[in-house]
Amino acid sequence: MANKPIVDFETIKKDLSNTPKPIQVLNENAEIVDQKVFDSFSDDDLVEFMKKMVWERALHEQTMNFSRQGRMGFYAPTEGEEASEMGTVLAMKKQDYLLPAYRDIPQLIQHGATVTEAYLWSRGHVVGNKYEARAMMPQIIIGAAYNEAAGVALGLKKNGEDAIAFTYTGDGGTSQGDSYEGMNFAGAYQAPALFIVQNNGFAISTPRKKQTAAPTLAQKAVAAGIPSVQVDGMDILACYKVAQAAREYITAGNGPVMIETLTYRYGAHSSAGDDPKRYRTEEETKPWFDKDPLIRLRKVLEDKGLWSDEDEEKLVDEYKSSFKDAIKEADAVEPDTVSAMLKRTFEVPTPEIKAEIAKFEEKESK
Amino acid sequence: MAKKTYIKAITDALDIVLDEDPKTLIFGEDVGKNGGVFRTTQGLQEKYGEDRVFDTPLAESGILGMATGLGVTGWRPIPEIQFMGFSFEAVDQIVGQQARMRFRFDGKQTSPVTIRTPYGGGTHTAEMHADNLENYFTGTPGLRVVMPSNPYDAKGLLISSVENNDPVLFMENLKLYRSMKDDIPDGKYTVPLDKANVSREGTDITIVAYGAEVNEALKVADKLAEEKISVEVIDLRTVSPIDTETIFKSLEKTHKVVVVQEAQKMAGVGAQVASAISEDAIMSLDAPIGRVAAPNSVYPFAQSEDIWIPGEEEIEAKVREILNY
Repeated sequence: MANKPIVDFETIKKDLSNTPKPIQVLNENAEIVDQKVFDSFSDDDLVEFMKKMVWERALHEQTMNFSRQGRMGFYAPTEGEEASEMGTVLAMKKQDYLLPAYRDIPQLIQHGATVTEAYLWSRGHVVGNKYEARAMMPQIIIGAAYNEAAGVALGLKKNGEDAIAFTYTGDGGTSQGDSYEGMNFAGAYQAPALFIVQNNGFAISTPRKKQTAAPTLAQKAVAAGIPSVQVDGMDILACYKVAQAAREYITAGNGPVMIETLTYRYGAHSSAGDDPKRYRTEEETKPWFDKDPLIRLRKVLEDKGLWSDEDEEKLVDEYKSSFKDAIKEADAVEPDTVSAMLKRTFEVPTPEIKAEIAKFEEKESK
Repeated sequence: MAKKTYIKAITDALDIVLDEDPKTLIFGEDVGKNGGVFRTTQGLQEKYGEDRVFDTPLAESGILGMATGLGVTGWRPIPEIQFMGFSFEAVDQIVGQQARMRFRFDGKQTSPVTIRTPYGGGTHTAEMHADNLENYFTGTPGLRVVMPSNPYDAKGLLISSVENNDPVLFMENLKLYRSMKDDIPDGKYTVPLDKANVSREGTDITIVAYGAEVNEALKVADKLAEEKISVEVIDLRTVSPIDTETIFKSLEKTHKVVVVQEAQKMAGVGAQVASAISEDAIMSLDAPIGRVAAPNSVYPFAQSEDIWIPGEEEIEAKVREILNY
């Protein structure tokens, strides 16, 4: 008898790569690959999606300009990720609770923060965090937001609200233990949470393939018993539809969902000046630029006679001028004081802090 | 009034806060049906239901991340970390997230979380179950650290902690859970989170202690009283903040001090107390500040705890040394 092993691990391993094709509505050549879904959008919808992406790109360009002028603090470039970011956030509702990471400032603004507040956050001023939006401050600790999203979702469920928690991380973020713990907790309590992984190819310089042996990042939800899906993150129609379907599924009481958007970070990790040429070549980058989400939808709109270069230029000017107003507003905000910082450390100041408040208030009054 | 153990006093406090505030939630590993591995939450799930008292998956960062999220959606979480050594898994949520929440949002969002966790030596447990870890957390702005030394304080301090709108790390002394019994009031009462207690008045020397060491200090005070040496014992109750006012007031009377802790000596609560005295009350003293602390080794394995943890003997020796300076 042949010495047949009790288990065929190689086949099991190969099967892991049998994953569904990422969901797409418009392909990279701007061809409609899902006519039924495409037809569910009105012309106005399509124009609105285009405007949002043009807005995000303009925000990116203007903010990078401010950054070069030394007028910004920490800022994470978003160019290339417009479909993924706008498509998912536009499917959410005001009452939903957003747990963003630092590259998710455009979503935070769409969810109700002002551009002025976003700029103040970047500069490091507390006034930037006092937005009306139902949202956590952009998370710096990768993975932490996933844990917190499970708690927010459980809280919303216990409140009996028609609302979900939605949170973002990147490809690198899926390697954090916390991102698994968060999904696992949300799954265990069937809490209304939407976990979005924006797979933009790089965690600073480390490429996606070095993060994990898992064939897809969407699979990372499987172990937690959470349905997950890959979507073309350069196709705003697909991102929107998938996020909308996820929200409907979640609010119907079915527990959490995870979405992996396949997107690309055109620029550097942050405005601090790392150079992507150190870790990726033009040959690698070019195909992604060709998949640009704006090019794709622009072509469809132009074919329908709904969009022109002039329309777009006019919009970009309008947006950029509003960002210039926003930064002027940010410039006008009073600087923080040490006594104020001490006062917001505890609701009831400790004896030591009380003494320090008195000391600094005296100094500040001079 | 009824005689109650330290652990029963804690259960009492939890029962009261669950009953009074429908937004309070208790969760952690095995806290539901099992009532916690020490039975601290015994009977609470039965009484308040699984929506209010529930088990979690086995992941400390997940537990405290959930607490953070529940806190910003209007709930008042009282998570349990089964043993304090496991809290290292969740340091980001305590220090990086909850303690900064009020500061980040200028109070628009807060973290009204009370983390309960057992700590402390002398019960011969497995590794990572007994360490005194307060020193890692007392340097965290935005976080209060509470360490009751007796059943009365445990109940009153826990109720105050839960009612406080900022995060509190509530450290429960493992050895005292069942070894200590006191008459405590049946109903609700609170103990302030920024006031040390003069556990015993005296005139010759002050011992500043907290947690289980308060009881060791009181034994020394009893013993020295037979020799007509009058020892004042101050129980810090909270190690962040530290009530230096009560300490300074005592030193004006006794002029001598010994600072006692169960934790290793390096960079801890005792060092902070000694530093505060040096900075603001040195002129009250007529002898050096005495310190009693554990040796700076890694926390010992179970069998060697007794030769390592400072107790009555070490405190008495140090008190005599300072008195005879």
